[in-house]
Parts: sequence; structure tokens; C-alpha cells
Amino acid sequence: MSERTPGTGAPDPGSAPGAPQATATGAATTGATEVGVHGEVVAEVVAVREGMFGVRGSGDTSGYGGLQRAIVMPGAATRPFGGYFDEVADVLAEVLAEPDADGADGPGWEAAIEKVVIDHGQLILFVRREHLLRVARVLRDDEDLRFEMCMGASGVHYPDETGRELHVVYPLVSITHTRRVRLEVVAPDSDPHVPSITSVYPSNDWHEREAWDFFGVVFDGHPALTRIQMPDDWPGHPQRKDYPLGGIPVEYKGATIPPPDTRRRYR
Amino acid sequence: MSQQTSDGTATDGTSQEGRVFTVHGGDWDSVTGALSDEASSLREERIVVNMGPQHPSTHGVLRLILEIDGETVTEARAGIGYLHTGIEKNMEFRTWTQGVTFCTRMDYVMPLMNETTYCLAVEKLLGITDEIPERATVIRVMMMELQRISSHFVFLATGGMEMGATTMMTNGFGGREVLLSLLEMITGLRMNHAYVRPGGLAQDIPPGALDSVREAIPEVQRYIHDLELLANENPIVKARLVDVGYLDLAGCMALGLTGPVLRSTGLPHDLRKSEPYCGYETYDFDVPVRDSCDAYGRFRIRLDEMYESLRIVSQCADRLQRMAPGPVMVADKKVAWPAQLALGGDGMGNSKDHIREIMGTSMESLIHHFKLVTEGFRVPAGQVYQATESAKGELGVHLVSDGGTMPYRAHFRDPSFNNLQAVAAMCEGGSIADVIVAVASIDPVMGGVDR
Repeated sequence: MSERTPGTGAPDPGSAPGAPQATATGAATTGATEVGVHGEVVAEVVAVREGMFGVRGSGDTSGYGGLQRAIVMPGAATRPFGGYFDEVADVLAEVLAEPDADGADGPGWEAAIEKVVIDHGQLILFVRREHLLRVARVLRDDEDLRFEMCMGASGVHYPDETGRELHVVYPLVSITHTRRVRLEVVAPDSDPHVPSITSVYPSNDWHEREAWDFFGVVFDGHPALTRIQMPDDWPGHPQRKDYPLGGIPVEYKGATIPPPDTRRRYR
Repeated sequence: MSQQTSDGTATDGTSQEGRVFTVHGGDWDSVTGALSDEASSLREERIVVNMGPQHPSTHGVLRLILEIDGETVTEARAGIGYLHTGIEKNMEFRTWTQGVTFCTRMDYVMPLMNETTYCLAVEKLLGITDEIPERATVIRVMMMELQRISSHFVFLATGGMEMGATTMMTNGFGGREVLLSLLEMITGLRMNHAYVRPGGLAQDIPPGALDSVREAIPEVQRYIHDLELLANENPIVKARLVDVGYLDLAGCMALGLTGPVLRSTGLPHDLRKSEPYCGYETYDFDVPVRDSCDAYGRFRIRLDEMYESLRIVSQCADRLQRMAPGPVMVADKKVAWPAQLALGGDGMGNSKDHIREIMGTSMESLIHHFKLVTEGFRVPAGQVYQATESAKGELGVHLVSDGGTMPYRAHFRDPSFNNLQAVAAMCEGGSIADVIVAVASIDPVMGGVDR
């Protein structure tokens, strides 16, 4: 298996899976980013894949079955983040420490933001779900932040990340300042609840219904959390990784082609 | 829960509690019956009208559920999902290159924009954004702008047809035909091209294509101009469109609307200007804006945008004319598709030279071709969000890679999906005939909405 390492920052695949290690500087891309310098990026192993073709118990003696590949995602970044990212973080930290409109104490940066990740020159704030609404409101309302629009909610299922299997990604855009930031919220499979941000961004109504439909994320406080694409009585949540793609074998000139999710695939 | 008979239809009255709705259909009479019982007990004359999903004026398989009082719509809801094809899930089981053939089918009126957005995201993940040949980028821009015009022609044609203006329909589709012929000449297909690939393009433009593009520009202009003469000051068109489907800037912001609908509120927001991609900052064009917030403004904005797109197309044609012939794929052989396509006696396919090389002379070339086509290339782990200004608004793609040969997750933020949420805000309180106009002014394409 040849590990491609285009760009920079792809960590050494030979390093043993386990605790976060593998330090790489200058986030993983050279792409057309609007940001000059990136913060130092610590890579994070989120899963380990074994074998090459996804076939098990086949008596494969080629040696490929013994391959191990760590899934290494960019980890928490440290300051300076580069470009406008530091300004966004500074203002956000400042406003989060202030009491809110009702006089209740603000959660503060440490409590609300789990970590900051800079991936391919894009800023991702991992927000603890109990503080999501507050963070979203600050990002929308503060005049130095002013992220007016939320471009939806994209669910991602990482079954190997025990205790944080479900991720929801919210891309925010500020037309005033021409900036983008993404919020990412994590929930375990056993408690798939995330507060709905439709009270801050009403446009997320259908997007959250879609994430519920496809991933089973329950958005607490959503006005009508029903399925949107699948029929109302559909069992399961089709885009989770434990939900099969489905399909039937197709016969062509005597040979049988298995459905895509049971075909041999390169892992 | 209702039970099923052997032929799959629901039996009636098997539930022990509550009101039963079956998904097998045929229960509309009981639904409306229950509601009208409720209404008569409240001494109201309330009618619930189900429009679609199979209705010629709902712009595709869109279902509108309207509660009307006389001619006035008091509540409007949109039901979607009738064209859900699982494109996002399917892409997780195909290589990064094969993904193009899936996402091109989402919003089938602007396939090249879907492809380009996806490919820009893959290139960002690969870190090869700066290595895409200039020629490929210019062709991408030219194709996207041709696509924008053809998408707007479909808006004019179907929107006109839904109002009963069949001349707008014939003229609109006539203009689109000119563009589809161009796209067919360049990509080989009228729709679902799979022409833009991660790393560049499937093939270069064929000889004579630039001349055809130049010849087509005045013809397209004539079609647009005819439509302008026909509709711009037409009293019937104005009576149907002006002040209909009103949504102001605050509404657009709250509901996340982008594209012509947002620009009809006076905000000149266009990602080609504010966050340029594909070198849009080097082209000379304007962003048409109106401040009427209504369907007429959106209609005029689209007409103006078509002229602006033509300006960009002719600038692209000039650049391609000046440019020396060159590659349209990245130089990295680990990403670039091994063969350029060529036209043979039996149609488009791998070039004979390439076949000769891999079958006759070089074992390594054969292995490389086989590995790249069957296995694909690996993309470093990470995630990226890429947005482009499509014909309908911000088209975003959220891609996650786990370092494998296939996307770990591909999510598309289709502008039609988001914009369709505004139906209730645009239609409630208006007349039922205006619902058609309001929906058409959003220009949703259900293939993109449902994916």
C-alpha cells in the first residue's frame, strides 16, 4: 500500500496508532486559502483500519490482511491561528465571558469551546453541545463577528470514535466581513441529542430535519423534527455507517457483480 | 400501526388509538374529511388543497400543501423527498473520480456547477488547488457560465409555462438548445457530463469549439433579447410577477437564501466577487441587483445575469484563443487520469495511442492505468467546505476524507433545498395563483433538493 502524501502535513503512516502524536506544522494544504500563516497542528488518531480490501476470514495469505492504517485527522491547533482566525477567537472569547442578556454568567471560552481545529486553511470550532446556542447567538449578533447565515447542518458518523460518534457540522458565513467559520458539535450514539439552533438561524429548519432523518441526531427544541427525505415510517437512519447501502447482485454474461457495499474495496 | 394485505396496500381501521395516516396513499379523503369536520365544527370554510407531487406547475415533483380560505392561501407547506436517490450515500462507495458522475445528477439543470464545486473541494483536500492547469480553469469557468445561462433559460421557460406563457417556454427552451449543443460538442453529452474531474478535465475542448462558442454568443443574445421584448414590459407578465413572492433582506438572511432571490433585495452578494474561486477575480463582469424583493425583480436579475455570463464566456474564449495548447489535468500522475479521451470510429473512448502503449509496449503503464482506474487515488484525511456561486445560490459541499480511496462523507448544501424553505414566507396571505409564481421565482430543481 503506497501512502500518498500530497501537500504537506500528512503524518507518517508508519507511526503506531494510539495517543495523539505526529506533529506537523503549517496545516495540511497549500491551497488557495485567504489565510497566510496557520497555527501549529497536532494530528489526532480517530480510528485504525486493518487489511486492504475489507474482506475478512478469506484465508488471504497475501499479507495485505495484516496492514494497519491509522485514520489521522487534524487535531487541536494552538495560537496563533493565522489570518482573521485569531480575531474571531479573541472576540468570541471576550463575549462568551460576559454575562448574557438575562444577567446569567457567560460560559467562557474554556467551557464552551472544546478545541479549535484548522483544516485546509479553514477554521473549525468544536463547541460543547450544551453551549451551542449561546456560541451561535454570539457569532451571529456581535458586530465584530456578524456571521449572518448558517449554511446548514451536515451530519457525519464516526462509529470508531467511542463516546463521540455523531458529529454535526455547521458552516457559518459572514457577508459583512467576508469570513467563514465552521462549528462542529459532537454527541455520543447513546445520547444523540444536540440543541437545535433554529431559534438563532431559522434557515436550519430543514437542514436539521435532514440530519435527523439520515443520522438520527435529535435536535432538541426544533419546531417539528420529522423526516424530510425518507418516508415517515422508514426504519433506521440511512446515512449512518452501520446502515448498509443495499442493492442486489447483477448478473452480466454469466458473471455476477455484487452490490457496491459488498464489493472488494481498497481501505 | 396499520397492517398490510398481501399486495402491499394498507387495510383500514386496524389502529386502536389516534388518527391513522398511511403512507400508501389513498387516504386523502379521510385526511381532508377529518379536517373539514374540524373546520365545520369551528364554523370556518377552510379547504386544504394538495398540489403535487405530480403537477405540471409545481416545478418538478414538489408537493405543496395549501390551506386556503376562498382564493387566499392562509398556510403553505412544501413536502419534498419524492426524488431522493441517495447520491450522498452512494458516493461513499465509489472512488473520488467516480463521485463526479453521481453529483452531476443532483441539480440536473446545472450539472457542470455541481461537478466543479465537488472537484474544487477534492482538490483542496489533496492540496493541489494551485497546480490545476490554467487552461483547465478557464475552460471550467467558460462551461460554468454557459451552464448558468442554460439554467436561467430553464427558469424562464418553465416559469413562463407555469404562468401559461407558452411562448416564453418555446423561446426559453430554444435558447437552451443552443447552449446544450455547445456543451454536447465540448463534453459529448447534453446533461450529466462528468466532464470536470478532480485535477482538471476529462478532455480538452475539441477543434473548432471556440468558433462555435463565438458563433453561439449572438444567437443566445438574440434569444435573451426576444424574451426581454416579449416579457419585460408585458402587462400580463408584470401583473403576475410584480409584488408577488415578496421576501425582503431580513427574510432572506433569516432563511439563508442566496443567489438571485437574495440579490433581488438589493444586496450584491455573489461569491464570484466576495470569495473568488477559479480565478473569477480576473474577469470583468457586474453583479446585477434589484431592490423590489419580488418575483419580477428575480426575473429581471436572471435576464441581466445571462448577459454578464456571456461577457465572461467571451473573455474565456479570448483567453483560450491566446493560450498555447497545454494540459488540462494536473501533472501529478498519481491523480491524473491516465488517458485523455479521443474520438474513434465507434464514439468517444480511450485514445488508440494510449491503448497501444499500455497493451503493447509498457507493462508499467498498464499496471498504473489499472491501479488508478480500479483503486483510485488516496486523499489525505481531513475535511473541507467549498462553496461556489451556482445559478441558484450558494452551492456548498462538505467533504470528509479518512485517507482512503473513497469519500468518507460527501454532503451537498444545495441552494434549492435551502431556498424552498421560503415558500411559506412568500405565499401565505397571497392568492393561490401567486403560489405558482412565487415557487417558480425561487427556481428550485427537485433533483438538487432531494439528492
